[in-house]
Amino acid sequence: MPTQVEKMIVAASRLLPKDTAVYVGTGMPLLASALALNTHAPDLLLVYEGGGVGGKPAGRLPIQVSESLTYDDGVIVGSMDYVMSLAQAGWIQYGFLGGAQIDKYGNLNTTVIGDWDKPKIRLPGSGGGADIASFCDRNIILMQQDKRKFVEELDFLTSPGYLTGKGAREEAGLPRNSGPYRVITQLGVYGFDEETKEMTLLQLFEGVTLEDVQEHSSFPIRISDDWTYVAAPEEDELATLRGLDPDGVVLG
Amino acid sequence: MGNKLNENDARLYGWEHPDDIREFRLKNKSMLKKDKRTTLPEAVKRGVKEGAYVAFGGMGSVRSSVAAVHEVIRQKIGDLTVAAKGNQYDWQLLASAGNVTKAEVAYGFADEIRGLSRPLRAAAESGRLKVLSETTNAGFQWRLTAASKGLSFYPTKSALGTDTSGYSGAKTITDPFTGEPIELLPACFPDVAFIHVHRADKYGNCQIDGNIATDFELAHAAKFVLITAEEIVDHEIIQQAPELTKIPYFVVDAVVEVPYGCHPNQLPRAYSFDEDHWREWLDASLTDEGVEKYFEEYVYGTEDHFEYLEKIGGLKVINELEKIEHRQTPYPKVARRQG
Repeated sequence: MPTQVEKMIVAASRLLPKDTAVYVGTGMPLLASALALNTHAPDLLLVYEGGGVGGKPAGRLPIQVSESLTYDDGVIVGSMDYVMSLAQAGWIQYGFLGGAQIDKYGNLNTTVIGDWDKPKIRLPGSGGGADIASFCDRNIILMQQDKRKFVEELDFLTSPGYLTGKGAREEAGLPRNSGPYRVITQLGVYGFDEETKEMTLLQLFEGVTLEDVQEHSSFPIRISDDWTYVAAPEEDELATLRGLDPDGVVLG
Repeated sequence: MGNKLNENDARLYGWEHPDDIREFRLKNKSMLKKDKRTTLPEAVKRGVKEGAYVAFGGMGSVRSSVAAVHEVIRQKIGDLTVAAKGNQYDWQLLASAGNVTKAEVAYGFADEIRGLSRPLRAAAESGRLKVLSETTNAGFQWRLTAASKGLSFYPTKSALGTDTSGYSGAKTITDPFTGEPIELLPACFPDVAFIHVHRADKYGNCQIDGNIATDFELAHAAKFVLITAEEIVDHEIIQQAPELTKIPYFVVDAVVEVPYGCHPNQLPRAYSFDEDHWREWLDASLTDEGVEKYFEEYVYGTEDHFEYLEKIGGLKVINELEKIEHRQTPYPKVARRQG
């Protein structure tokens, strides 16, 4: 039986086309990208903030975005200036993000819980998160879903989703046609409504109900009229996935 | 809008007029090929002043200036401001030791999959460590890019419309070409840059294998550039392949040979992370007493990096880390923070 985390990673992996580049961080994003690389997308170009481009990690997963394994079997290794410029210039269509809090427009908080001046919990900060959220056309957000994480109002808006709704990104000056694409939680897969840019349920994982979705969110979640269930992971997907993380660094 | 600009002025750190920096360089940097080799205690004493704004080379916990950090801790140089621009182990160690009181933060309180840093979170949440401003990894890169190009700012489309931008020193104006908003990141001229490299000659020309993160711009932006090198090589090695030089000598102020100078972290293509030592630090960092004991044992209790290397297991451990990085030995279990 696949775990929740495995189901989330497989769902994320399937969203990556075979002819694109993806900005990856360590953890679940890396595993989803590596899975795509080893299944349907052998030319998927993995790009890391440390400067590595096109690496194909084997044997284990990188634990740092700037370690040498990120450019092993790669095509070019440069600087942060190079890879961030690639993203700003539109070469890297897909990105992965996570967060401690998300709102209905896909804005993310990875900075503080509580007041910025006197934080209850100090989180890592943007890192490359706000860059990826700003630059990439189709961002995939991976996170656990509960009422404390799916909030009406963020304590701090670290990385831009659709800000205050349709047209707000363009008005703020962010690149045209960029923004969050999907949110994947342990309950399901969400997109963003074309008209309002509000988070909308597209797919449920087997065994999850529409009530579960609402009960695990502080804001009401829109439900797509033609929502479906996520297709369960194939045996070979799971085998490949587990083989990529033999020590259970991400899968546990 | 007016208020926001004023607020962001108040968050302007590390910025200076580029012409003032030109004058500074005229007085303090030189094209003369001088022998800049020295000892780490001497280099730190000369270059790192109480209250300085410091930045580190490498990224995350890769190619970190660990030996230099240990020496700053030994010399008890305090009240430092750190450019937390995506670096992890180096500045977290320095801040855990109490030498850092302020930071500008792009990424600062975690070590990727190893987890959040307990001592740093406690420092920030109690107010002992003041976060001056927020920015992004690209933001810090391009603040240094501006400085290295002799410009007062660098434009970007990152983080527009966010609190990250609102709590930074950046300003948003109208791009005169597109007519749309554009963010201007203020140049950042750190007082000190610590950079660990694979090879340097005695004048300070440096070769770095693998990724260079922000080091090219950082070395050209900082006022005092302290290089630790795994190995000091003959100048001829540099001359034979100048295309491999990632930092030229004229920006460098001090060069110190420190073999295995970034242990317990990875030096790409040379040696791997020391997961056993990482586990020891992560476990120690769960309590203030543990942190104190760690520093007593490994930093205050050692005279220099050679003594430190003996304490962490000496040649036997080092040799194993080299084999792991060269894929001759399987990677060990990854150390993660407990609790």
